Amino acid sequence: MTRRIVTGAHYGLRDWLAQRTTAGIMAIYSVIALVVFVSNKNLTYGVWRDLFSQGWMRVATLLFMASLAWHAWVGVRDILMDYIKPDGLRLSLQVLTLLTLASYIGWTIQILWR
Amino acid sequence: MSPAAVKKVRPKYLNLQALIFEIRLPVPGWVSILHRISGALLFVAIVWLLWMLDRSLTSEAAFERIRHNANLWPVKLSLLALIWAYCHHFFAGIRYLLLDLDKGIDLKTARLTSWLVLAASLLLTAWLGWKLW
Repeated sequence: MTRRIVTGAHYGLRDWLAQRTTAGIMAIYSVIALVVFVSNKNLTYGVWRDLFSQGWMRVATLLFMASLAWHAWVGVRDILMDYIKPDGLRLSLQVLTLLTLASYIGWTIQILWR
Repeated sequence: MSPAAVKKVRPKYLNLQALIFEIRLPVPGWVSILHRISGALLFVAIVWLLWMLDRSLTSEAAFERIRHNANLWPVKLSLLALIWAYCHHFFAGIRYLLLDLDKGIDLKTARLTSWLVLAASLLLTAWLGWKLW
């Protein structure tokens, strides 16, 4: 066990924790989705539409998408920090990633509450 | 010529042959890099998957068209690759959560769980592919 005084803005710890919390949320959703998928022998349009017209499914799916966005932000940012060295390019790609993920959340809301 | 001037023959390891056949990434390393690759792949694929969800919920005709297109082999292959990426990311992720809790950090267990992650993700992909098509 290392004892040391942690200084700084602590956003590293926050992102680390966020990535794991969102992973847990998505894992639970995935298992539920798998059970739904396996228990429906014949997945027709009617079954599919009814599933996504239920309140809990809409909220759970939006929660999944929000978790995915946060999780992917931490992961993609890690990848960009590892491989993209020029500051300007890295910052541009990071901003692009954030905008893309934010628009995915907007799109998901549109899909779910149409 | 003095003995010092005689060039010592040293093994060279940074050639293509060495990179392909001799320097090998340990299994936990493979799980790690595949975790990153599968994550990047899934990030890139979000737009396609969201688009399919969007279409599939608009009308019965659109739903059936997606189902029909999923049977075309390039689409099927891409979907299978994404299913594998999801499964791998899922199992490797659980392994990392356990490593965070100091579970399975000794070399033997770490290698064993790496093999388990690789096997489980391939098996689940095969099973889901069999179920879907």
